[in-house]
Amino acid sequence: MPQPFITRGFVGKRQDAGGAAGRIPPGQHLVKDFPVLSAGPTPRADLRTWTFRIEGLVKEPAQWSWDEFRELPAQDFTKDISCVTKWTKLDTHWRGVSVDVLLEHVDLDRSAAFVTAFSDGGYTTNIPLPELLNGQAFVAYEYDGKPLAPEHGGPARLVVPQLYFWKSAKWVRGLRLMERDQPGFWESLGYNNHGDPWKEERYSGD
Amino acid sequence: MDELVLDGNAAAGALAEIYGDDMTTVLAECASCGRVDPIGGLVAFVHAPGIVLRCTACATVMIRIVQTPSRTRIDVRAKRIPPPPETAR
Repeated sequence: MPQPFITRGFVGKRQDAGGAAGRIPPGQHLVKDFPVLSAGPTPRADLRTWTFRIEGLVKEPAQWSWDEFRELPAQDFTKDISCVTKWTKLDTHWRGVSVDVLLEHVDLDRSAAFVTAFSDGGYTTNIPLPELLNGQAFVAYEYDGKPLAPEHGGPARLVVPQLYFWKSAKWVRGLRLMERDQPGFWESLGYNNHGDPWKEERYSGD
Repeated sequence: MDELVLDGNAAAGALAEIYGDDMTTVLAECASCGRVDPIGGLVAFVHAPGIVLRCTACATVMIRIVQTPSRTRIDVRAKRIPPPPETAR
């Protein structure tokens, strides 16, 4: 695209050059807003009864109340995110608890290889366990310095930024460790079990 | 409920593509609570990777539709709705 009337005198950030180039996966376009996608009504969680649970192939399940969860070591994360509906948003700011920290509280069975994230409202999504390790994934409860809004998955959502964003389950309530991959809500109807935006793994069998 | 919610008529085109006929007046019975509505009257969520039609009373999923570049797939969980063609499952 030609960019007339831009002179070297302007040194502010250019929107689509430099930083953004090379950060937008194939088939995606850049957005500045934060689109809201939902497969169902937005649940309004009661924080007095909210829990987060790790279960499945673990020696003993772990469970936290909201207050307990908020006392876990938290980190700030700045990540690019890509939705399978073809938008990509750069430099999103989150605060939450790394999945590594959560998994320190359980003894994983050696056969655990896949995870189903489960949410209020019945949503599920499946993720290979290695995609959640080594600082890659976290359970976020703040976005842009504010409590995560319900329409974006608050009080807490899983964020797995290196995969398409349907894997980043809104309203997440726990992780279930499994030996075999079990397709979740969208995966069971044709979406990809892995979902890497850089490989355009949108659908299964396409 | 919020601005993302439409009614089942929003799925009319996708359903016609699958069944080869207008489906919006066909009755659907929720497998969970038994509520009966025409498909066109169900609660539709379309701002998502697919289309989800839910029960007007209890929000249970009644129909899911995903359109990929190569095919359209449907999962019918409600009762009374005719079975979709094999190719769309």
